Amino acid sequence: MTTPTPSQTVGPFFGFAMPFADDSNALPPHAHDALRIEGQVLDGEGAPVSDALLEAWHGELFARSRTDEEGAFHFTVRKPAAEHRSAPYLNLTVFARGLLRHLSTRIYFPDEGDANRSDPVLQLVEPERRQTLIAQAGGDTLHFDVRLQGDGETVFFAV
Amino acid sequence: MLVKGVTEVDSDPPYLYPDYRSTVLRAPVREPVRLPEGWFHHLPGPVYGRIPVRPEDADLTRQHKGEPLGERIIITGRILDSDGRPVRDTLVEVWQANASGRYVDVSDDHPAPLDPNFTGAGRCLTDGEGHYRFVTVKPGAYPWRNQENAWRPAHVHFSLFGPTLSSRLVTQMYFPGDPLMHHDPILTSIPDPRGRELLVAKLDLEATVPEWALGYRWDIVLRGRGATPVET
Repeated sequence: MTTPTPSQTVGPFFGFAMPFADDSNALPPHAHDALRIEGQVLDGEGAPVSDALLEAWHGELFARSRTDEEGAFHFTVRKPAAEHRSAPYLNLTVFARGLLRHLSTRIYFPDEGDANRSDPVLQLVEPERRQTLIAQAGGDTLHFDVRLQGDGETVFFAV
Repeated sequence: MLVKGVTEVDSDPPYLYPDYRSTVLRAPVREPVRLPEGWFHHLPGPVYGRIPVRPEDADLTRQHKGEPLGERIIITGRILDSDGRPVRDTLVEVWQANASGRYVDVSDDHPAPLDPNFTGAGRCLTDGEGHYRFVTVKPGAYPWRNQENAWRPAHVHFSLFGPTLSSRLVTQMYFPGDPLMHHDPILTSIPDPRGRELLVAKLDLEATVPEWALGYRWDIVLRGRGATPVET
């Protein structure tokens, strides 16, 4: 087996190359099943990470968004269907200056209480950390923050 | 459930590498949660129908009215999975500084000249055998503020998707013989020198177009079905 090529940081200067215009919308924002997810990326001191690139994906659904000065990002996605015994979720990949390798996490949905309780992946996570993987409802929008380090650190998965 | 004492692949850098200062407040402290084999690794990745790729996107020297300044080069190679199979029809994105070591990106304040004929971003899809090819100019080294008198070696950023979630890779390609590589904490964060070597292209006279552009070959291996984390 050949050794995979090592990862290196995305650095601070990717913004002119990725993402493209409209990349944050996996479907038109006015589509009947469009769902907006917004959030903030925060470092170990709670400071906004203003140069992160996030990718939300599930199957053929794909959106990516760069954080702004407040560390804020947003996606327009659709809620994926549940699969087998799993609750619905989106994969979320995080790249940034200072991340020599990207991070992988999942966004679960707050209106799926029963499915989330029995989700086999959430059950692998210590109960007190599970809420870092579940978006918060707020009007028409879901909110999902990514805390890279420290109090309330988001659960990341080894991929 | 937290799995301790597990590394993914020994050529990958750690999250925390204090010599690269930006890792200090951004590296997670908690161990990543490991999913049982098969739960994560084989999930198919997305399809990129919405991302337009035109043939001219692979030639970074022809995106403006005139030709950019600098040493014209060709970067080519194959994308393989870790079982040696070609990764076909996958999106390859590159971005880089110009020959003076300056990025177009608005956040780059290095006082080196921008080149009106060079943006420094390109993309292509691999062919049926996993080949990719870009025409560009050799990027310059540039200073950064990581430590006293810090300079990045010349490099080109690569972003690759591959077939699954676990094959996603963002990395950097370096040029052979660059003495700055030994002083660069981003590259030396890779613990195994053999791993660092995997990021250095080779001068390839076969990829060179005589009297026009020097060729560099750089093959990339994405984590494939056979590549699973190693217990240590």
